[in-house]
Amino acid sequence: MDIKDIIKPENKVYGKTPLLKDAILHYCPGCSHGTVHKIIAEIIEEMGIQDRTIGISPVGCSVFAYNYLDIDWQQAAHGRAPALATATKRLMPDKYVFTYQGDGDLASIGTAEIMHACNRGENIVVIFINNAIYGMTGGQMAPTTLLGQVTATTPYGRQADLNGYPLKITELIAQLEGTCYVTRQSVQNPAAVRKTKKAIRKAFENSMMKKGTSFVEVVSTCNSGWKIPPVQANKWMEENMFPFYPLGDMKDR
Amino acid sequence: MAEKILMKGNEAIAYAAINCGCDGYFGYPITPQSEVMETLMKEKPWETTGMVVLQAESETSSINMVYGGACCGKKVMTSSSSPGISLMCEGISYLAGAELPCLVVNVMRGGPGLGTIQPSQGDYFQTTKGGGHGDYRNIVLAPASAQDMYDFVDLGFELAFKYRNPAIILGDGVIGQMMEKVELRPAKARRTDEEIKKLCASWATIGKTADRKANTITSLALEADVQERFNIKLQKKYAEIEANEVRYSTYKTEDAEHLIVAFGCMSRICENVVELAREQGIKLGLLRPITLFPYPKAAIDALVPQLKSIMSVELNAGQMIEDIRLISNGRVPVNFYGRQGGMVPSPEEIFEAFIKTIK
Repeated sequence: MDIKDIIKPENKVYGKTPLLKDAILHYCPGCSHGTVHKIIAEIIEEMGIQDRTIGISPVGCSVFAYNYLDIDWQQAAHGRAPALATATKRLMPDKYVFTYQGDGDLASIGTAEIMHACNRGENIVVIFINNAIYGMTGGQMAPTTLLGQVTATTPYGRQADLNGYPLKITELIAQLEGTCYVTRQSVQNPAAVRKTKKAIRKAFENSMMKKGTSFVEVVSTCNSGWKIPPVQANKWMEENMFPFYPLGDMKDR
Repeated sequence: MAEKILMKGNEAIAYAAINCGCDGYFGYPITPQSEVMETLMKEKPWETTGMVVLQAESETSSINMVYGGACCGKKVMTSSSSPGISLMCEGISYLAGAELPCLVVNVMRGGPGLGTIQPSQGDYFQTTKGGGHGDYRNIVLAPASAQDMYDFVDLGFELAFKYRNPAIILGDGVIGQMMEKVELRPAKARRTDEEIKKLCASWATIGKTADRKANTITSLALEADVQERFNIKLQKKYAEIEANEVRYSTYKTEDAEHLIVAFGCMSRICENVVELAREQGIKLGLLRPITLFPYPKAAIDALVPQLKSIMSVELNAGQMIEDIRLISNGRVPVNFYGRQGGMVPSPEEIFEAFIKTIK
């Protein structure tokens, strides 16, 4: 059989969504960001909402999300994405508005903004990438860094008496009356990717139903920050992150 | 005849916002300007014009809500007083860096720190020289009456959109709290989606359509040469603002041998100082900068040859005087009189200080 006989429309099993631009990703190989970007791009394409979706990128590695998804983007000051999203959604209620934030952005410097946006029940989607470390600045301790975890600013491992405890912010968010859907997912294998895609799709759909805030945490890897290769990083995440940050829906109403 | 209503300067801000088609107000309570949001909440403009009014969790959040709204090509604003404005300065720098139009109202109180709730003009440096980080400028309007507070909302939005730059109304506790007659202006409707598209589709985040590239609003440029090119472009814009938007008023300067320069509430008080001087045969005039950036450099410069002295009168330790000295450049003595910490001088007190400087 010739290659020309194989490359036919009817044999196509996968295609890159045009919502994902042909820009070269600046993310490290093995990083979860690329996968989550692809999921969001596919959902926007499948829902046919490119002209009605506004993304808000954080400060951190994913500040450049606007280089990859072919939609209108706002780039927020560190931690402030939920404030931008609040005004954007209230001023343009017919738009799908989502923030994309890392753990430092959302759970440290932006704690006030995320808690209050969720508590007001803003009809927005929050995508929260938790890799337990500051990636862009070179691997310092994040609010979600595990006890004992070595980072550039916890070179002997995070100690509770010195550095405080890892923050389960998603559990806090789930307590707030303003949230309608709070879930924790991951993207380390095809099954997990499918579950995350389903969760983010639901979050996007919720945002037009005036039900309140939908919050999707994605427990992620940062092999550069963790200083272990991608496959090993997935294993480390499953063995260390999942017991402390258990996957699944915390709230769905 | 247009309707005139007795109201506080702060209330004038709120009524003007609704009247001129403002799309959204985001604020956090702080004395002496809380009446702005209180009036808006009482008026419920979301039921009439569709204007959004939201009490945020902090000034930091307020200014970032303004950033988000401005990204959408909407006419959005916030108001606060000095300590709150300090918190907003990060956001104002981002707004300037992202070239976003917005209106910020500062009803100044005395500082530093938590300071006092009484009137001050201590934020002149902060507002005209930056406040936040980086090389940027705000368009700064200094109201001297409740009517100015009302009129500068529409003017502020107009200038902010013309130059895609933050505009700041730099009022003070006197102007915010004082009740005066305010003449209402003809109402402007809020811009429709179509109008916003026509005006802002080249940059605003209003949804990427097939006929254009995606819009990204950011103030980030990692490459030094890109950042420098952008900064030069910003400076060109500021030069254009300086060439086109200077506003000031004069009082009895034609034959003046001495000049007082004062802005905001102090310019009102200093009109009486001019009268006190004229009664004694002293040819004193007054120049009131209405825009503090751009500053009326040429107007002051043109008066210098006829002057024997200039006095800057401010509710601070002497901030605007530095700009006047740069203009005078040693050609004429530039003196200062100011009160601080919320103290407001009487015309007689200023006149006494003025007489000492010319004897």
